[in-house]
Amino acid sequence: MEAFLIEVDGAAIGRRRNTTCGPWGRMWIRHVPVEEVLYLVSGGQEYAWDTNEEYLFKAMVAFSMRKVPNRETTEISHVLLCNVTQRVSFWFVVTDPSRNHTLPAVEVQSAIRMNRNRINNAFFLNDQTLEFLRIPSTLAPPTDPSVPIWIIIFGVIFCIVLVATMLLILSGIQQHRRKHKGPSEMEDTEDKCENVITIENGIPCDPLDMKGGHINDAFVTEDERLTPL
Amino acid sequence: MVRLALPNPGLEARIPSLGELERIEQEESSSRPKWDNKAQYMLTCVGFCVGLGNVWRFPYLCQSHGGGAFMIPFLILLVLEGIPLLYLEFAIGQRLRKGSVGVWSAIHPALKGLGIASMFVSFMVGLYYNTIIAWVMWYFFNSFQEPLPWSQCPLNANQTGYVEECARSSPVDYFWYRETLNISTSIDDSGSVQWWILLALTCAWSVLYVCTIRGIETTGKAVYITSTLPYVVLTIFLIRGLTLKGATSGIVFLFTPNVAELAKPAAWLDAGAQVFYSFSLAFGGLISFSSYNPVHNNCEMDSVIVSVINGFTSVYAATVVYSIIGFRATERYDDCFSANILTLINGFDLPEGTVTQENFAEMQQRCNASDPAAYAELRFQACDMDTFLSQGVEGTGLAFIVFTEAITKMPVAPLWSVLFFIMLFCLGLSSMFGNMEGVVVPLQDLNIIPKKWPKELLTGLICLGTYLIAFIFTLNSGQYWLSLLDSYAGSIPLLVIAFFEMFSVVYVYGVDRFNRDIEFMIGHKPNIFWQVTWRVVSPLLMLAIFLFFFVIEVREELTYNIWDPAYEEFPKSKEIKYPGWVYAVVVLVAGVPCLVIPGFAIYKLIRNHFQRPGDQRALVSSPSAASVNGGLWS
Repeated sequence: MEAFLIEVDGAAIGRRRNTTCGPWGRMWIRHVPVEEVLYLVSGGQEYAWDTNEEYLFKAMVAFSMRKVPNRETTEISHVLLCNVTQRVSFWFVVTDPSRNHTLPAVEVQSAIRMNRNRINNAFFLNDQTLEFLRIPSTLAPPTDPSVPIWIIIFGVIFCIVLVATMLLILSGIQQHRRKHKGPSEMEDTEDKCENVITIENGIPCDPLDMKGGHINDAFVTEDERLTPL
Repeated sequence: MVRLALPNPGLEARIPSLGELERIEQEESSSRPKWDNKAQYMLTCVGFCVGLGNVWRFPYLCQSHGGGAFMIPFLILLVLEGIPLLYLEFAIGQRLRKGSVGVWSAIHPALKGLGIASMFVSFMVGLYYNTIIAWVMWYFFNSFQEPLPWSQCPLNANQTGYVEECARSSPVDYFWYRETLNISTSIDDSGSVQWWILLALTCAWSVLYVCTIRGIETTGKAVYITSTLPYVVLTIFLIRGLTLKGATSGIVFLFTPNVAELAKPAAWLDAGAQVFYSFSLAFGGLISFSSYNPVHNNCEMDSVIVSVINGFTSVYAATVVYSIIGFRATERYDDCFSANILTLINGFDLPEGTVTQENFAEMQQRCNASDPAAYAELRFQACDMDTFLSQGVEGTGLAFIVFTEAITKMPVAPLWSVLFFIMLFCLGLSSMFGNMEGVVVPLQDLNIIPKKWPKELLTGLICLGTYLIAFIFTLNSGQYWLSLLDSYAGSIPLLVIAFFEMFSVVYVYGVDRFNRDIEFMIGHKPNIFWQVTWRVVSPLLMLAIFLFFFVIEVREELTYNIWDPAYEEFPKSKEIKYPGWVYAVVVLVAGVPCLVIPGFAIYKLIRNHFQRPGDQRALVSSPSAASVNGGLWS
């Protein structure tokens, strides 16, 4: 996008042109995209650039000058266009009512700047397609919501995760209690015996009745410290 | 056939015999976790293997090593290295029915260090991997707005233009380096904790905790989504990508074979490393997962299926990624060209539409002929499609810079952004499940944790501990720390561990015994292909890759890339040397796991040696074995 904001050096342009219109300002109208030459295209509208469009442009500039408070009224005839090229680019100046001298560039610049939007809309163009040299466009400030959106999303997801964690932990505790409370009376002795068996030598053993003559793991050692039996 | 088998007395006593396996499976069915169905197991393994590397490492390697021709070394090494190792881990876990520490200490007590090394590596990798997931979540949270925050530069203080750093680089770069990382200019300059990243990190660890709170009981349910959603999203992106302009140029660029590249050893070594890391071997997680399987599960089929899916996913993801990259490159090329066209039109006041991409060169000639002086003053940018296609397409640069930029150019950008980051999140999370398993189960096996502590508490403590250590990645220099760990914690130690794993199973456990085990479990002995690869081919390949990387790393000075707005060639990154103390960190991170293996073996040997004279004492002090049966009913 920076390409469209490039300022072409006024002197370089003036070199090739007759500078009766003055060297300070130049307006480009850019076609985006284009099928045939001489047609302005923007937003799907197509229109040829002819004297009527030029009249509209002069009217918009005069309108901008009129909106400046404490000035003498500018008429359409005070706005002069010259060197209109097929690119659709041209110079323009605004003269004072007496038509003797042109108004300073700074005044015209600030007037146009304040009404840039209206001028753009009159031609169905935007800041990129309607470029005034030496009039930088003011950039639209980005919309800043009071609470950044990402915090909201984060809050939602984090709360869901916390709730899920609580549920899982609570259900785990419940399961744990149920397992230890329910069959505790019946299995007490068996548990005790199993504990007695398992902690001896650290070797898990099976109760004799289930083994019925299998190899008793208690007598098989894994630790080299004990002499093999 | 190599018939080497190291002496291993007492092995029979440490492992359950084949006859007992089925009985043990019955008894453990209530106390030990097990898979609800085969699909859970397969999805978990696939999710562990398929991770972020398939999306952002493989496409880059593929394209930079000869395009379509890279498939040849990749597939060959997948078959020779990836599948045998995977089969080995699956089979040994299913046979010995323990986590990694349990398995290796059952094979030989001196090999416990192997399990500890795996645990250490899983811990280190999990530490930084979840930070990447935190970054993904941050981008995900920011995707719910139109326009996306990385599509335009913020305005400067007096709203006359864009922030300088952004204007000089690009909105996506600025959002990544400044608004996300707020990166400093060197690893020395730590800065402070970035609170927004801390929030994202908290969220990432909480989600991980919820999913792994009860081990495979909870992850088994989570993988139904985290392992399948990436494929759905990849397919959606493929369809979307193929309908964009320029997608085919990206795919063509990716797959154009350049067979000359295959002559370079770097291509083969990178292929080998990629196969190895992409299979998540040597983390211990896979051994653990397959230990929950029924005894007669067909692990041979599983390993082949998982490998094929992993390979297919790599290629599929590469296609999708490069179709989007092709689109982005075409957009950039068109923009660059339009800027040049505008320069020419403005310079010579030509009517709009007379200059197009096709006749640009011819018009340039005409203008030059008409007014050479004016023409000489015009400055044209160099627009090269290949440069755009090969820009920053690896690692975090691909996901957070290139892809996000491509997404901003698509219509309905927030939707694509949300989908993309959900996919990355699922890919990363399912890999983290394996990492957590590789840390939690060894800790339980090591008997450091009291047995009566519930699993929820243990998992919570591990998550909390790792989360606190991961604060280091939320500092301004966090990304530099992460790259450091990524390069050294997750590379060399894994190769060493995998090599020793294979060596232990084949030569210490005994490949004959292993063959008999597999015959018992799945019904037939492993065929000649497995024998050759387990005994000779795969260990040699791993040794070759390890030596290559070791030699390369040791010879080069350690450098890293920084983001420095004051650099002359900004926005390019500047390459500077690491400060001296980083070498100590590298040695710690890469060296400790490797040294634990022989270190523990030596410690065990010394302990045994010194306890020999104390034998008699030990006999008397331990409770007598004979009283076990007598004490049953008293």
